[in-house]
Amino acid sequence: MSAEMILFFVFAAIAVAGAIALIVLREPIHSALALILVMVSLAVLYLLLGAEFIAAVQIIVYAGAIMVLFVFVIMLLNAREEERTNASRMARYAGLPLGMLLTAQLAYWVAHGWPQGGVTQAAAATSTRALSTMLFRVFVLPFELTSILILIAILGAMVLAKKDF
Amino acid sequence: MEFVAQHPVLVVSVVKIVVLLLATLTTLAYLTWFERKVVAHIQARWGPYFTGPHGLLQPLADGLKFLFKEDFTPPMVDRVVYVLAPFIALSLALTTLALIPFGPATIHIFGQPTGLSVAHLDIGLLFIFAITSIGVYGVALAGWSSNSKYPLLGSLRSSAQMISYEVSLTLSVVGVLLMAGSFDLSEIILGQQGHWLKVVPRWHIIPQIVGFLCYFTSAIAETNRVPFDLPEAETELVAGFHTEYSSFKFAMFFLAEYANMITVSCLATILFLGGWLSPFPDSWTWARYMPAAVFLICGLALLQDGLRHFRGIPRIALTVISAAILALAFACSHAAVIAIALGPFWFLAKVAFLLFFYVWTRGTLPRFRYDQLMNFGWKVLLPVSLANLVITSLVILVAHR
Repeated sequence: MSAEMILFFVFAAIAVAGAIALIVLREPIHSALALILVMVSLAVLYLLLGAEFIAAVQIIVYAGAIMVLFVFVIMLLNAREEERTNASRMARYAGLPLGMLLTAQLAYWVAHGWPQGGVTQAAAATSTRALSTMLFRVFVLPFELTSILILIAILGAMVLAKKDF
Repeated sequence: MEFVAQHPVLVVSVVKIVVLLLATLTTLAYLTWFERKVVAHIQARWGPYFTGPHGLLQPLADGLKFLFKEDFTPPMVDRVVYVLAPFIALSLALTTLALIPFGPATIHIFGQPTGLSVAHLDIGLLFIFAITSIGVYGVALAGWSSNSKYPLLGSLRSSAQMISYEVSLTLSVVGVLLMAGSFDLSEIILGQQGHWLKVVPRWHIIPQIVGFLCYFTSAIAETNRVPFDLPEAETELVAGFHTEYSSFKFAMFFLAEYANMITVSCLATILFLGGWLSPFPDSWTWARYMPAAVFLICGLALLQDGLRHFRGIPRIALTVISAAILALAFACSHAAVIAIALGPFWFLAKVAFLLFFYVWTRGTLPRFRYDQLMNFGWKVLLPVSLANLVITSLVILVAHR
């Protein structure tokens, strides 16, 4: 087995373990830490695929910015251990079949190869220059639409926070 | 030797890591001495003076004190996170130093040619930003896990401050990135070669002076130093996020702060001050003997000081140290040594100046109030660095047409 394969399995295992810990742990901060672990090991998987830029951005945006805000809000609200409630009935009856369906579909794709299309095109854009050319030339409309969506979300948050004008 | 021949990359990397780590930890220890001395002289005091000549053994004494103090863990803390936090802080602070290129020369370790940095990445700058962006967890988790009011308030302040200033820190660097066209730290340095009018070095600081000021201000805030040291404002918060830490865990936070100072100074040197490039044109051959001259003057001054003002063991110690510096000066006058040492000399000289600047601000400026801090970060620094970015990209666009 090559060194890359070993690294892949180590970090894939860490990512899965982190994801399980995220759900099982009851202290919100511990869950957030587990999520950071998942993010960082995903970044390592991107590195193994040769996508250095995506790996760095994964850490800067997800592990750095978004999770810092999560931890910050948890600390600010001083959230303590969550209580066990009876899980919702919908999750119990619909969740299991849907989860199995998703697993079956993923297994099918792994066995028969991924569907062609966007994946191969995106895989070509690993370098920073190629990625930005693709983002600002080919996909410029979806990119701008996403930024407008985020702007609307920011405005919404401001309206909610500042009720009296 | 057989093992070396089989795994050249591994062995060379380990050697470089050990050398860099030892050098960094020694520098960190003596940076505390340097800071205390400089602040003392700014305030017309002497600073550490009794442990060794000029207090030179003070860092050693402090280190021993940290090691032998009781490592007390308060009873109500979240134990895992409490222990994890100082490790996160220190290891992340030291990781970034692995990417810093100290010089252009190629050296040979066990016959293997290798550059003057532990790791060379095409996305070096992005990687450094990735590491520093998760550095805030050390502070945040330390405050939360201590289960105590002052640390929690301190770490909340610190997290808010680091999130706010990271935005302008990153934006102020983008101007340099546009000019260099690369994330590779060595390439960014090499892009600053040459001189305007044959004397003014083509460093990024001249066209990007606004970017440099934004960068360095945000960097001081990112490293929680005066005048932005609100997270550990003694008068309000006891000691901030590390109030409940003692012994070596406290020392780890302390070292992490100084390591971060070194990292941002190295980065400022690379991005704005031309890294290892000499400020003098290549045609001035005498400039190659600058390291030798500087060491010679330092060695002679120390020798004179030791012989004149000290008696007994300190006198002998100072003589030995000055002899070592004089030997260094002698070595630096050889062409073979100059070829390797000139780059690191200029690099470290620039970093040392920035570190002095850090200490200088600490000795001079009073602390910001919290609302002033937030206003300054969001309403002054962020718009200025954004405007700098827009103007830089416009100029580059027009120049390329």
